[in-house]
Amino acid sequence: MKLLEMKHIRKNFDGLEVLKDISLTVEQGQVLAIIGPSGSGKSTLLRCAAMLETMDDGEMYYLGEQAVASVDGRSVYAKPSELRRMQGYYGLVFQNFNLFPHFSVLKNIMDAPIHVQKREKKEVESQARALLEKMGLGDKADAYPYQLSGGQQQRVSIARALAMNPKILFFDEPTSALDPELTGEILKVIRDLAAEHMTMVIVTHEMNFARNVADHIIFMEHGVIAWQGASEELYTSNNRRMQEFLGKFE
Amino acid sequence: MDYGMMLSKLGGGMVTTVVIFGLTLLFSLPLGMIVAFGRMSKGPLVRNLTKIYISIMRGTPLMLQIMMVYYGPYYLFRIQISSSYRFAAVIIAFAINYAAYFAEIYRGGIESMPRGQYEAAKLLGYTKGQTFLRIILPQVIKRILPSVTNEIITLVKDTSLAMVIAVMEMFTISKALASSSTSAIPYVAAGIFYYIFNYLVAWTMEKIEEKLNYYR
Ligand SMILES: Nc1ncnc2c1ncn2[C@@H]1O[C@H](COP(=O)(O)OP(=O)(O)O)[C@@H](O)[C@H]1O
Ligand SMILES: [Mg+2]
Repeated sequence: MKLLEMKHIRKNFDGLEVLKDISLTVEQGQVLAIIGPSGSGKSTLLRCAAMLETMDDGEMYYLGEQAVASVDGRSVYAKPSELRRMQGYYGLVFQNFNLFPHFSVLKNIMDAPIHVQKREKKEVESQARALLEKMGLGDKADAYPYQLSGGQQQRVSIARALAMNPKILFFDEPTSALDPELTGEILKVIRDLAAEHMTMVIVTHEMNFARNVADHIIFMEHGVIAWQGASEELYTSNNRRMQEFLGKFE
Repeated sequence: MDYGMMLSKLGGGMVTTVVIFGLTLLFSLPLGMIVAFGRMSKGPLVRNLTKIYISIMRGTPLMLQIMMVYYGPYYLFRIQISSSYRFAAVIIAFAINYAAYFAEIYRGGIESMPRGQYEAAKLLGYTKGQTFLRIILPQVIKRILPSVTNEIITLVKDTSLAMVIAVMEMFTISKALASSSTSAIPYVAAGIFYYIFNYLVAWTMEKIEEKLNYYR
């Protein structure tokens, strides 16, 4: 089943074309990695998918439901009530976490399930504690974000996203704000989620990670998909631009 | 003049001063939030009107504003002003003046919030109202508390401006007592009163700041 489908997406910032006719689909259980040089439009693509940016043209479907239609070369968004429902299908993990500093770790995770999804506090708490346990943060429930390392904060933000029971999880360079020795713990968490068949779209500069964890890889450059293929083909493709790009990570 | 009499008059003045102070905060703190929203409004009409309002409030003396509110109805509409309007005029003038100052503080605090907080809230499905009340406002309060404290301490001293329309607050009374008794004691008493009042205000605000120091 197609969880996300984007067709012919275009986006410009003040006349600068950042996304030029991008199309992609994400199947249930699939892990899609997006790689490419900085400024190529990876974050913008993810932010359009998460509806943090509005696209200029193109169509988008979540679980087959139309979120965005293309009418006369312009994107037309569905009704706010429908968009709200579809927003519940996905979560996003930011590069810089964006935890709520005035909430404890546990409250960061529980607040939205209780106040947005209107779920039972008891049930939410047991899920939140289980998620923290899984993230190796069982003893940090009552800590505040400022008391945690970057890697711990990022794991809390993953737990916060998971507590909403999303069908797709987006990651925008989840390890880029971390010291190199802390990236491993985040990559492990994502790898574990992949093993549980969580559907994910991950923008990353960790090439080996993308190669090993993703099913499918998209290489973006200058706002277009310059190459895409199965992750096994990453190092064997003969796309010259991408091999140059990969060469920088050797 | 006997001291008992003097003390009871000064006591009455103190109560009036404290009431002016309390009512001004009661009205201006929430009113400032409405003004701040007007100032940040997407509609140019509302935004520019609030901008003009704020600049007048901040650009003219509060003493003049008190006089305008008190005498204005007579000069503009020939409405006879009763002396019972005196006190209301002071509260109105203080409230609209301080609301302008608080509005600018609120706006600064709200605009200093990182965009990521709004984006995280949006992704978690919070409504605009929930985002403001649960995520943004609590953090804004912590950020602006030092500036609010400064304004509140200024307000303690500004209450003496009510003298300009002869409201019987602390300063008005001590001035009258000083001239009728040809003694400086009422002034000294007033000075001590304002100092202690401010001390208590500063102490209270410090306690509130400490309470909010559970996070960074
Ligand atoms: N909010 C914005 N306003 C203007 N330009 C932007 C904005 N966001 C991104 N851009 C520009 O769009 C291009 C793509 O940015 P981005 O999607 O962040 O790339 P990437 O994530 O691949 O590094 C860059 O040239 C960037 O400067
Ligand atoms: Mg980016």
